[in-house]
Amino acid sequence: MRAREAFFMALEALRVNRLRSVLTMLGVIIGVLAVVILVAIGSGAKNAIEREISGLGSNIILVVPGQLSVGAAPTQSRLSLSDAAFVRRVVGDPSKVTVSVQSGETVRVGRQEAFVTIVGTDENLPNIFQRPLDRGRYLTETDVDTRRRVTVLGAEVADQLFGDVDPVGRQITVSGARFRVVGVYTTVGATFGVARDKEVHVPVTTAQRLIGADRINGIAVGASGPDEIEPLQQKVVAALGERYPGERFSAVTQTQLLGTIGSVLGMLTGVLAAIAGISLLVGGVGVSNIMLVSVRERTREIGLRKALGARQRDVLTQFLIEAVLLTTIGGLLGILLGVGGALAIQAATPVPAAITWWSIALAFGVSVAVGVFFGVAPARRAGRLDPVVALRAE
Amino acid sequence: MSAALEAVDLKRSYQLEGVSVEALRGVSLRIEPGEFVAIIGPSGSGKSTLMHLLGCLDRPTSGALRVNGVEMSGLSDTSLAELRNRTIGFVFQSFHLLGRTSALDNVALPLVYRGTGKAERRDRARRALEAVGLGHRLDHRPSQMSGGEQQRVAIARALVGEPSVLLADEPTGNLDTRNGDEVMAILDRLNADSGVAIVLVTHEPEVAAHARRQIHVRDGLIELDTALAERARDEGGAR
Ligand SMILES: Nc1ncnc2c1ncn2[C@@H]1O[C@H](COP(=O)(O)OP(=O)(O)OP(=O)(O)O)[C@@H](O)[C@H]1O
Ligand SMILES: [Mg+2]
Repeated sequence: MRAREAFFMALEALRVNRLRSVLTMLGVIIGVLAVVILVAIGSGAKNAIEREISGLGSNIILVVPGQLSVGAAPTQSRLSLSDAAFVRRVVGDPSKVTVSVQSGETVRVGRQEAFVTIVGTDENLPNIFQRPLDRGRYLTETDVDTRRRVTVLGAEVADQLFGDVDPVGRQITVSGARFRVVGVYTTVGATFGVARDKEVHVPVTTAQRLIGADRINGIAVGASGPDEIEPLQQKVVAALGERYPGERFSAVTQTQLLGTIGSVLGMLTGVLAAIAGISLLVGGVGVSNIMLVSVRERTREIGLRKALGARQRDVLTQFLIEAVLLTTIGGLLGILLGVGGALAIQAATPVPAAITWWSIALAFGVSVAVGVFFGVAPARRAGRLDPVVALRAE
Repeated sequence: MSAALEAVDLKRSYQLEGVSVEALRGVSLRIEPGEFVAIIGPSGSGKSTLMHLLGCLDRPTSGALRVNGVEMSGLSDTSLAELRNRTIGFVFQSFHLLGRTSALDNVALPLVYRGTGKAERRDRARRALEAVGLGHRLDHRPSQMSGGEQQRVAIARALVGEPSVLLADEPTGNLDTRNGDEVMAILDRLNADSGVAIVLVTHEPEVAAHARRQIHVRDGLIELDTALAERARDEGGAR
């Protein structure tokens, strides 16, 4: 028998039992669908976070007190502005070092109110981070030195407080103190769940007085090139370690963040895909079960085929192809529905989804393999049936 | 010229719960090309068992079977399947057609296992159906045909591969007299025209009368073979 004939024979058998075929496929469809959607969401999340991190700027080193690891609570800050000055001397180029101190506050314009993050920083911020202005100007050295009450607003804050009105030159109130708006940033989106468009930037000195503390949360250093990042990182951490013996400082780079987050998310995606893969296996067991039922039901047909000259191999092939067709068609439907589902999720919710070719290829390959694996036993049983016994069966 | 089928002391026993049941207890017979033979016997006498052995669907417990001179005990299951495909056609009491398949595709099935191309298959299947008077039923399914028509489809299927022997196990058993007569008329004609040897199992004497030779089976043994009886009589007369 030719392979083509076996294929059409199997297809015909599935067509005849259409409802049963579809129900049997359902297990595989759901398994593949789950794999494709979960991997799409996992990859989407990874892509989104990577994009956010790269969107911060390039070659950034963040220096924070204490030991930094993903998931650890932030330690109480021990850094101050004098440490920032020290780091500036260590780095050599003062314009490539900036600071930040943060506090959540309510800001007010007339009756409009918004809960925002007040970020105390300095004139070097735009040298290190990617933070384009929509209008107005950045903070200046003079603003910082003279502790001016001026502010640059994040895009969302500006929109919330002023709507269509140009905020530049107008006043906002923070904890009773009035600030003059000198600039508005463009929309940049969120990084690690930090809504950067909800930030209100003020000179670091002003912020410290507002909060009533002289600490800063962190120091950011911009390296001049990708090769400079690591030496600079080590130099800064070593110098701070020398300045404060017995205390630890951490410096993380974007590359390190990307690596850590990438591997965590990759692992998470893998685990999700594996869980979804289990349902594929369950689907395979269903296929095996139905194929066994089918072999029993069609015992007389098998006997007849053998009487007419079908070899063991012909019957085995026919039933194996049936099983593989079940899982392969199920797999293809699952992929279609999975891709559709991922696109729908992306369109309807803020969850990012990225369809990856490897997950589709894997889902397809696994469904074919599941068909072969779970189809072999029933197909062998069919192939080995004794034709006389099969023909006498009622 | 070798016999179409030659059985020598065929035995077949079944193991039933440790007890050995002897369905055939030593059957020898020789069927020449183009012969028309009826096998008659009471229920349980071993007719179907003999049929399955002659058709190489089953292997004897002991004894030899030669098909067109080829000893079957030396052949693998795969070779036996190919032998059945090329030299033997089966017709069963209960037709055994594939339910949701057209008459044409049912008839073409043996050629599928021979590796014949689709166009040729359809062509030969159509001619086989025309030969049994069903040229107008090519696309009908079994459920859309009468029992007599279904059995004629089965005969067309048995003959499409141009076998040397057609084995029919009670082909009229499920049919009324009129349809049974029609089926027998077709078998008569095919035997006369195409020279295919026919071995027919029946317990109806009228059906058996279509055959020139009758073999009576009882309790797994040949009780009477009219061909041997005639020869014995002829030899007796000559003496
Ligand atoms: N698979 C089997 N296992 C055990 N015994 C069997 C088997 N097949 C047949 N037999 C026995 O062998 C004997 C002959 O059976 P067979 O079917 O050949 O009879 P038959 O002459 O065709 O009868 P009928 O006219 O009723 O079809 C019977 O006693 C039957 O019970
Ligand atoms: Mg019988």
